[in-house]
Amino acid sequence: MPLTHLQQLEAESIHIMREVVAEAEKPVMLYSIGKDSSVMLHLAMKAFYPAKPRFPLLHVDTTWKFREMYEFRDRMAKEKGIELLVHVNQEGLRMGIDPFVHGSSVHTDVMKTQSLKQALDAHGFDVVLAGARRDEEKSRAKERIFSLRSAQHRWDPKNQRPEVWRVYNCRKQPGQSIRVFPLSNWTEGDVWEYIDRENVPVVPLYFAKLRPVVERDGALILVDDDRMPLYAGEAPTMRMVRFRTLGCYPLTGAMESTADTVPAIVQEMRRARTSERQGRIIDHDSTGSMERKKQEGYF
Amino acid sequence: MPSRRLLRFITCGSVDDGKSTLIGRLLYEGNLIFDDQRAALEADSRKVGTQGGDLDFALLLDGLMAEREQAITIDVAYRFFSTATRTFIVADTPGHEQYTRNMITGASTADAAILLVDATRGLVTQTRRHSYLAWLLGIRHVVLAVNKMDLVDYAQARFAAIEAAYRAFAAQIGLPHICCIPVSALKGDNVLTPSARMAWYDGPTLLGHLETIDVDSASLEGAPFRVPVQWVNRPHADFRGFTGMVVSGTIHPGDRVRVQPSGRESRVARIVGYEADLDRAVAGQSVTLTLADEVDVSRGDVICSAESPAAVADQFEATIVWMSDQPMLPGRPYWLKIGARTVTGTISHLKHRVNVNTLEHLAAKRLQLNEIGVCNLAVDRPIAFDPYRDNRDTGGFILIDRVSNDTVGAGLLHFALRRSQNIHWQPTDIGKEARSVQKGQKACVLWFTGLSGAGKSTIANLVDRQLYVRGLHTYLLDGDNVRHGLNRDLGFTDEDRVENIRRVAEVAKLMVDAGLIVLVSFISPFRAERTMARELVGADEFIEIFVDAPLAVAESRDPKGLYRKARLGQLQNFTGIDSPYERPEDPEIRIDTTSTTAESAAARIIAFLEDRTTAPGR
Repeated sequence: MPLTHLQQLEAESIHIMREVVAEAEKPVMLYSIGKDSSVMLHLAMKAFYPAKPRFPLLHVDTTWKFREMYEFRDRMAKEKGIELLVHVNQEGLRMGIDPFVHGSSVHTDVMKTQSLKQALDAHGFDVVLAGARRDEEKSRAKERIFSLRSAQHRWDPKNQRPEVWRVYNCRKQPGQSIRVFPLSNWTEGDVWEYIDRENVPVVPLYFAKLRPVVERDGALILVDDDRMPLYAGEAPTMRMVRFRTLGCYPLTGAMESTADTVPAIVQEMRRARTSERQGRIIDHDSTGSMERKKQEGYF
Repeated sequence: MPSRRLLRFITCGSVDDGKSTLIGRLLYEGNLIFDDQRAALEADSRKVGTQGGDLDFALLLDGLMAEREQAITIDVAYRFFSTATRTFIVADTPGHEQYTRNMITGASTADAAILLVDATRGLVTQTRRHSYLAWLLGIRHVVLAVNKMDLVDYAQARFAAIEAAYRAFAAQIGLPHICCIPVSALKGDNVLTPSARMAWYDGPTLLGHLETIDVDSASLEGAPFRVPVQWVNRPHADFRGFTGMVVSGTIHPGDRVRVQPSGRESRVARIVGYEADLDRAVAGQSVTLTLADEVDVSRGDVICSAESPAAVADQFEATIVWMSDQPMLPGRPYWLKIGARTVTGTISHLKHRVNVNTLEHLAAKRLQLNEIGVCNLAVDRPIAFDPYRDNRDTGGFILIDRVSNDTVGAGLLHFALRRSQNIHWQPTDIGKEARSVQKGQKACVLWFTGLSGAGKSTIANLVDRQLYVRGLHTYLLDGDNVRHGLNRDLGFTDEDRVENIRRVAEVAKLMVDAGLIVLVSFISPFRAERTMARELVGADEFIEIFVDAPLAVAESRDPKGLYRKARLGQLQNFTGIDSPYERPEDPEIRIDTTSTTAESAAARIIAFLEDRTTAPGR
């Protein structure tokens, strides 16, 4: 029997992770708690079994994630027995950055992009594994699996290294770093099919449930804690919703759905008529916003 | 859940063949574009589109701001779609001058290639170039999509003529599986659904064909077993697992294997799985193997079937595709990465360059960006390999610049050169140590580098005299003097400068072996060659002395009147004027000649030698 596409994708990702561990001086895996991170963690457990993954997990925490995400994160790190590093931009905290007040651009720049750079510089990580996929966004579609960053963490899309066969160039100049995307060739559908096949644990927010939400600017926002200001005329209502992507709760829209199991989500994905990024508020800021953020050092 | 198989394909075509329209059509008609993407496409088409009011499918693929502004495609874009029976990864490569570099990136992992031709224009130069590159990279399935059939009234005769011409050309280069399909990407004919306007065509639609291409996984699984070892897994003393991807063949516990290049043999004990061990693994799987015996296996070794192991050699004939703005220079060492092994590789001889448009062989001394050549290649230690035609993973390699660390070339091994098997290093009874001791010294190389007129020869001469007075055995190799004899056939082009340094480094190495303290006074402008000399001689015995003079100072001294000539245009390729000097980054000794006299410089070097006790004073 020839390998299925999921078996091929899994083998490719494991190959990439092992190559990183063999060649990097100080690798790290970004862990954002979402479904792609869940799959990455599962692949890493497989790639290095019976040893543990040869890198710590790094969560760049904005302090605005859903509460269930924090619970899930801490449970996973404990269960898998992997070192978890959490970094918060303390300067951003002191500035009182609040997505409800400052908007998504400022919040994302200070608490994610700048925070990530701080964490990478502080620890001196030279190779950073992350779960971005090429089907997510048009500028990602053109990024290499091993993506070189300058000492300032910048991506230069016009000067990418050729990437031939399965031979990855992991060499770099002092100060440069490499971001590596083992899930480059996976689609959102592949991720869910794999979660189904391998029973990969994911945050319960992905499954439909009655949750208190308010409708704001066309998005359904979950009232996750009392930091959320309610405007005149707004009152949370209980609706059957789930999340297609997870991020900071003020910036992540829920979708109406009854899919409360992984197979139901896989079925729903097949019928989906919108892309997963639609629920993410950061992408709508301006055209080319993701490309600009990536050049500045965002993932 | 139906299990689907993966097909990776590449699309090639020149600028106006309608490539983006075709891919856009595939995704659009296959309901593979989401509503919000479609809304964005409609908005973008109105704003920056080039199709009047119609949807501009190119905008789906051109994702970078610079691409949209300039209406060009910069890099390989990957798109994904799936049907009920198959999952597809499309590498879309742009058609402009950077083409070769991009197409190699996209084609290296592809199972199939779609070549677009415009029915109104027929085969063009680019069709031949893309076909050659597809053949070179070993893509076995080529689909010739004859597009814009709507513009030739869907005429069967037009299609038949193009198909006949292409089949003749494909036979000439040896492409195995060809399928020609008449389509109109704009109108949708024969893309997803059979065209009523071309009832004369009874072959498959484009998507129908892509769904049925046989990617030969059976023959890959039947090929000899190979696992390039990526990483040795040692969680505790009782477990030693060798991890890597099975790039060809099939393996079971108990199978005999040979580890190349060492040649040691053992049996597979376990194929370790996450939940349970496996009783079989096939090409395409990432595995962890344990062996029955304690054999030495490390990253870069290749675990092979014992019956038909990979060959081992250190000299090859290879095809090189050059992908850097800096030219490939024969003689210059590069990092060569093949599978999981990185060695030093040098092009010893460039046999010819291939004109990818006409397939002609042309004489060449170097390869420029996007050029392809056939060469002899030497690596610094034996490696396991298969010819690229037999195995992409054990026969394909990349070349990495040792200074910038950029990927500068891709290569395909053809075969081992016989000389590599027939010439062996002849061990001699009296070695370097014995010869050094006899002379009461420790041999080394003092490598003086710097601009012409910096003072290298003056300082080297002083050092040489002082060592001589102390009764030490030295020899001074001077750039100008060596060019009178050994290197009289070399000029001052970059290629010749590289060869110049290679020969001198080899001579210096022999002299160190003879127990001498060797002073080399050469401009040696390129970092890569100085690094080569250091590695050839051995880092412990190589002392790099940077005689540092600003260009203006060296030029004002101009002891031989060479700068004046160069400025007048009477001397070409003069270092510092129209040929670069790459300053040493970390020399053992740097002499600032604007603040140091030649005498005190010499004294510093002697002191350095005494500190290293390579020149014990007597």
